[in-house]
Amino acid sequence: MATQTPVPAVLDQTTSTACRPMWLEVLHDWVTTVDHKKIGLMYIGYALLFLVVAGFEALLIRIQLAIPNNTFVSPQVFNRLFTMHGSTMIFFVAMPVLFGFGNYLIPLMIGARDMAFPRLNAFSFWVSAFGGLLLYFSYFGGSGLYGAGSAPDVGWWAYAPLTAKAFSPGHSTDYWTLAILLSGVGTIGTALNIVTTVICMRCPGMKLSRMPLLVWIYLVMSLMAFVTISPLTAAQIMLMLDRYLGSHLFDTQAGGSAVLWMHFFWIFGHPEVYILILPAFAFANEIIPVFSRKAIFGYPAMVAATVGIGFVSLSVWAHHMFTVGMGAGANTFFVFSSMTIAVPTGIKIFNWLATIWGGKIRFTTSMMFAIGFLFQFLIAGLTGIMLAVAPFDWQLGNSYFVVAHFHYVIVGGILFMLFSAFYYWYPKMTGRMLSEKLGKWHFWLFLIGFHLTFDIMHIPGILGMPRRIYTYEADRGWMIWNLLVSSGAMIQTVGVLLFVYNLVRSYFKGAVAGADPWDGWTLEWSTTSPPPSYNFAVIPSVGSRRPLWDLKHPEDPDNNYE
Amino acid sequence: MAIGIHDFALPNVVHGKTSIFSPDATPAHSIFSLSMLVLAITLSIFLVVGGLLLYAIIRYRERLSDPDAAYEPAQIYGSNQIELSWTVIPILIVVMLFLATARVIYSTEHAPKPPSALDVTVIGHQFWWEFRYPKLGITTANELHILVSDPRHPTPTYLTMSSADTNHSFWVPRLAGKMDVIPNRINVMWVDPTTAGLYLGQCAQYCGTQHAKMLLRVYADTPAEFVTWVAHQRQPAAQDSSVAEGRTVFEHNACISCHTIAGTVATGRFGPNLTHVASRSTIASGSAPNTAANIRTFVDNPAHFKPGALMPPMHLNDHDLAAVTAYLTTLK
Ligand code: HEC
Ligand SMILES: [Cu+2]
Ligand SMILES: [Cu+2]
Repeated sequence: MATQTPVPAVLDQTTSTACRPMWLEVLHDWVTTVDHKKIGLMYIGYALLFLVVAGFEALLIRIQLAIPNNTFVSPQVFNRLFTMHGSTMIFFVAMPVLFGFGNYLIPLMIGARDMAFPRLNAFSFWVSAFGGLLLYFSYFGGSGLYGAGSAPDVGWWAYAPLTAKAFSPGHSTDYWTLAILLSGVGTIGTALNIVTTVICMRCPGMKLSRMPLLVWIYLVMSLMAFVTISPLTAAQIMLMLDRYLGSHLFDTQAGGSAVLWMHFFWIFGHPEVYILILPAFAFANEIIPVFSRKAIFGYPAMVAATVGIGFVSLSVWAHHMFTVGMGAGANTFFVFSSMTIAVPTGIKIFNWLATIWGGKIRFTTSMMFAIGFLFQFLIAGLTGIMLAVAPFDWQLGNSYFVVAHFHYVIVGGILFMLFSAFYYWYPKMTGRMLSEKLGKWHFWLFLIGFHLTFDIMHIPGILGMPRRIYTYEADRGWMIWNLLVSSGAMIQTVGVLLFVYNLVRSYFKGAVAGADPWDGWTLEWSTTSPPPSYNFAVIPSVGSRRPLWDLKHPEDPDNNYE
Repeated sequence: MAIGIHDFALPNVVHGKTSIFSPDATPAHSIFSLSMLVLAITLSIFLVVGGLLLYAIIRYRERLSDPDAAYEPAQIYGSNQIELSWTVIPILIVVMLFLATARVIYSTEHAPKPPSALDVTVIGHQFWWEFRYPKLGITTANELHILVSDPRHPTPTYLTMSSADTNHSFWVPRLAGKMDVIPNRINVMWVDPTTAGLYLGQCAQYCGTQHAKMLLRVYADTPAEFVTWVAHQRQPAAQDSSVAEGRTVFEHNACISCHTIAGTVATGRFGPNLTHVASRSTIASGSAPNTAANIRTFVDNPAHFKPGALMPPMHLNDHDLAAVTAYLTTLK
């Protein structure tokens, strides 16, 4: 470049951007960021957006089912609604929100300045986000040249051969396949990032045995993601081969196997449930001790139970297939492996109980959600044992009992714990406290709505109501229960709207949080709220599992007991 | 759709038409007994653990009146003995549950088949059921007739099942647990109802648009009723000259390429066998009662009862429609 630039222009770095409007700058900043905190927040924001969408779908489903022979939506629309609701909630709400919290918290908790691969981190986020958009684009492009287009209607398991060209013409299934494929790529990227970060970036003194349990659990969960996302991705590719390149892996009309797809799907699907619930355990392990004012009971047992769950959960998938006719031998094996998982899970519940025991419980909104989680997860675990009893599952499988069971896990367990995490870490993320008053309203409304919906929902299952039906006969005695279930859904909706309002309002008007509003013990509370982009001005070094406890109680530091 | 107080009452669960807690055949009975055991165990676990949790939450809440409110409670980091005990006790419970479960699995799946058993082939279709009795030469749809089984001389029915298209699942809760009906695969289940009467159920595996209206009716007949029914079903279709015009309409339209009426040129197999359609109490897999008006509506526009059903609207004119309806209602 021959042209000489005048000196002042070279020195003045601001002129080139000064004329850009503020919002553009902010947007540019977020789109190009590789900061783990911003990426974490984007994951969370994106998940909340889809939570509202998929929640709205659930609401439509419940309106349709409130009374028998309802014609609020057509069967075609209904089938798309439950397919989109399930796929969205699992892949584009639960996964991103949990990865969002992980992204935000892990570097802060291990005293690092960012994730190991910041750009991979951004890539993973954007590719997952694109997957979600692609899924919803199916509403416009789903039928391809055949018609106006619409979303997939094959259920979130997309069982073969319903996905074969013969039964699913057009492109709706392809949008689903590609969306899941992309979300899987994002998941693998983030999992890789978390594993590397945890292994390589811990601050001085933070031995593996001193890591906060949250970090331990995210490590196990990410390792599980490697094992489980691969078969899911492989199955998507095989399905595309079937649909476009003339293979017949799942094409039963040409000798393919429907059961093969089930195995591929559930080898992913069951561990996936644990991938989702483990972060909820992770939050509980941080939040329950702080609000009980006691160290977690049995840290080594908690780590062992997590690793145990990780392994065992890889060998139980076919409990989703007890009605497939696998034969007595295979059924018995999967009964056994599924029941085994109750043991490490029980250990966790008992350790939380022991943590609370003898403590001084502070009933913050966050703690109240955590307590709700404990009870509800206990119940979900027990209905899980019922479903692991294969003959009982021959009756209850694919009925509304199962729907109630897994919503108990996902809403009663994961979502309750997520709300708890929001109330707990929002001050760190924004520098403002969430309103406790609104929070209590949110808690009680959501608790009542939850129990009205999902306690009652077990009953139509026992009365023989299968899932995924757009309507039902009036003479079966299911109506009253469905009506109650649907009304509970309305109450939950109000609760969630209050929560969203609280999130927005507190951002501007909430009380200033300060670095350590909860009198916490882990490293994230040692930096400002929100943390600077470099997290820590000086990399901390730790001498125990609770570095801030040691600082606050120099007379009785933790490392005496580890 | 009045909501009566009786809807809430327990009898609804125990005497429900499709309740798993009102079993009436051996497989459903053994599941019922097992489920009571499981419920008792899980309920006790819930009461113990939930009770402890509740106690801890109330007992150990922070009290502002506490004299040493400023102090942290004693920190306890764990105890190996305690961890061991709450590992071993659950293991024992799991082993017990597992053995009880395995027993029921084997007794149901490996039950010896008596020579007196009735064989039925079940074929799932989008969105209706085909039933064939290979030894009796009968083909029918949506309404399954089987024998009541007397425990002293058991006559269970063995269902050999497969699908013509997507996955389905055969579920009649009062008789047995469900069994999936999968293309390219043969599954077998058995039932032995102990009292005569009608048992309801429906498809329990999502199979496409009209999965919801793929209902099942199983009639458990006394031996005498069953013999009469079989004898009737084995006859060719009724020939009533007063509806000859309707028969002509049927045979000159595409109806014959999808439906079979024994003794006529209609030999299609894509849709339900209509040879004795008038002997059934519902049409379109339980979507509507079998009345002349409903048949007429259905043939005119299947989507009226069942949007997404795989029978196309046949666009018959009013005259032909009336004629073919009259014909179908004679196929007793
Ligand atoms: C393309 C194939 C096809 C054609 C052509 C067709 N049907 Fe059907 N029909 C079906 C199918 C499939 C069903 C089952 C629908 C369901 O229950 O989901 C059915 C169901 C019926 C039933 C109800 C049977 C029962 O037991 O529930 C009647 C009656 C019937 N068809 C009459 C007719 C008549 C009359 C015609 C000609 C005017 C005709 N169909 C033409 C495919 C066809
Ligand atoms: Cu599972
Ligand atoms: Cu079905």
